[in-house]
Amino acid sequence: MYTLVYDGTFEGLLTAVFEIYERKLFHVKLIKGEWRASALFEEVLEIITDENRANRVLRGLRKRLSVACVQRLYIAHMAEMENEENAIVGFIRYAFDADRNIEEDYGNKYVMRISEIIKMVRREKHRMEAFVRFQKLKDETFYSAVEPDFNVLPLLIRHFKDRYADQKWMIYDIKRRYGIYYDLHDTQYISLDFSETSKPTDTITIVSHDELMYQSLWKNYFSSTNIVSRKNTKLHLRHIPKRYWRHLTEKF
Amino acid sequence: MNVERITEKLNILADAAKYDVSCASSGSKRKNENKGLGNASNGICHSYTEDGRCVSLLKILLTNHCIFDCAYCVSRKNNDVKRAAFTVQEVVDLTINFYRRNYIEGLFLSSGIFKDADYTMERLVRVAKKLRTEHNFNGYIHLKSIPGASDELMREAGLYADRLSVNLEMPTESGLKLLAPDKNRQDMINPMNFLKKEIIQRAEEKKLFKNAPAFAPAGQSTQVIIGATPENDQQILQSADYFYQNFNLKRVYYSGYVPVLTDKRLPALNTAVPMVRENRLYQADWLMRFYGFHVNEIVNKDQPLLDLDIDPKLGWAIRNMQIFPVDINKADLQLILRVPGIGIQSAQKIVSARKFARVSWEQLKKIGVAINRARYFIICKSNEFERRDLTGNNIKQFILAESKSKYIKNTQTQLNLF
Ligand code: SF4
Repeated sequence: MYTLVYDGTFEGLLTAVFEIYERKLFHVKLIKGEWRASALFEEVLEIITDENRANRVLRGLRKRLSVACVQRLYIAHMAEMENEENAIVGFIRYAFDADRNIEEDYGNKYVMRISEIIKMVRREKHRMEAFVRFQKLKDETFYSAVEPDFNVLPLLIRHFKDRYADQKWMIYDIKRRYGIYYDLHDTQYISLDFSETSKPTDTITIVSHDELMYQSLWKNYFSSTNIVSRKNTKLHLRHIPKRYWRHLTEKF
Repeated sequence: MNVERITEKLNILADAAKYDVSCASSGSKRKNENKGLGNASNGICHSYTEDGRCVSLLKILLTNHCIFDCAYCVSRKNNDVKRAAFTVQEVVDLTINFYRRNYIEGLFLSSGIFKDADYTMERLVRVAKKLRTEHNFNGYIHLKSIPGASDELMREAGLYADRLSVNLEMPTESGLKLLAPDKNRQDMINPMNFLKKEIIQRAEEKKLFKNAPAFAPAGQSTQVIIGATPENDQQILQSADYFYQNFNLKRVYYSGYVPVLTDKRLPALNTAVPMVRENRLYQADWLMRFYGFHVNEIVNKDQPLLDLDIDPKLGWAIRNMQIFPVDINKADLQLILRVPGIGIQSAQKIVSARKFARVSWEQLKKIGVAINRARYFIICKSNEFERRDLTGNNIKQFILAESKSKYIKNTQTQLNLF
């Protein structure tokens, strides 16, 4: 068993695949992190990301898989789920070793796993599209803080840009400390500097004059539209797990 | 805006609108043009009420003043409730401001009937027109068509709204006569007919001329109230089927009657909302729309009621044991779809996977098949399969016994579709 240490980028992962084939490795485990010379294991390899090698692997994949499938692998990796890079590597190796396109072979554990990962990522993306709650700031920017389970911000850009084309907005991922900002023309990634005393969720002092009124109207609407005699807390919690509540206007 | 006044109005008019269960915001592909506000795409549930229903639209009445006296309705003329009315501008402001904050997908506007049908409909249309033309709003708009409104107004409504609906309210005409003496079924059917023709004709035009205006692109839907009148499930589903077939409806909504009023024609106030029955009706509706079932396979003269203990697909399967077991590695997709415990996505995955190698129990489980139900009805790549010669009833008992333990922990049954 070889442990391959890579830098966490998709190119790094593709480079690792290149090494696996060049060195004819069989049992491997990929981990993200820093190379330490003092590692106890003998069979640890440091993968140095190499654009050329990564591109060769990518070209090979494109020959064997549909464009959409390669895209899915990229998204699965970008989500940054722990220890899932091995499923991605497993999928890629299966694709190279087979004599036909295997992307729909749901009987294979790697293919099925990637399909599950994509499903989880999609669900998180949909949740964010639903649960983002903008607050209007004094400068007319609509601001929202989120804490998605996976790294899905890049997947949200298209949806929000199409929908809110005529207002400035920002969605900030508190866990991963970066956000996307739309300035009426383009979107860009940004990071914000919060001092010790202010948190990304502290916005009270800078919201527009009518913001609190609309928040309160929304809360009112939310409780008026409930039918008490149909109460079903289980179902409610399944749809909105508690961890999302702290950013939902109708729940705080 | 006077905050207190508007809050009070919102509370009254959202409360009065909540018994209309439809909240769908999908089926329209309205684009955001010229950098305006919003689009309508696949329908997002932005929140869920504590009863577990999707909150997708700002669902309100323009007013709860009404000249009619429908027995099942909180807004009926003779009910002693607080009345309120929004102005057109108030509804527009609420919609835009909620939408900009990503609270909603759009507006679902209905109304009590004040003065007459046209007078009311004209106001509803004005809200939609203002949103579209003055605010460049491309979010979702669902307007209720007021029974008896003129064709002219319906035509205008269709130009601004994504969806229009006329509620049939009661599954049959006699049910309607009993509870809504002011309404007549023909007044409901006329606008449905008009909309159906108009939608078809406009869709034709759209094929020829790309720039022809969209007309109610998300089609029309209706709602029937369940359990206020004595119709059985066969009557309800057959009437739904009739409307699907003849009026190109996108959806029929089934709304379990919530007792809010005392009236000797109605179930008593302490009657429970028929939530399980409502859920079974939705499941049956899905079987008709997506699983290729004919209404008579689900309910018929011998089986006029849906079994409340089990879902209608399992119900159908145990009545038709001669069809099983199905070989998952050979059968048509259509037949696999009929196996209890296998949903649409799993069925498609099975058909993909078996092109590579025959599929086993282990793999079926990974694909997402509910093995505890499906195992009585299928064989796969394995020597293990149900060998006992079980009757449909045996199977039902086994499946129920197995889910009993889950059931007891969880008395509020999970009302979910398959
Ligand atoms: S017409 Fe509509 S609002 Fe008026 S009483 Fe009947 S159901 Fe209620």
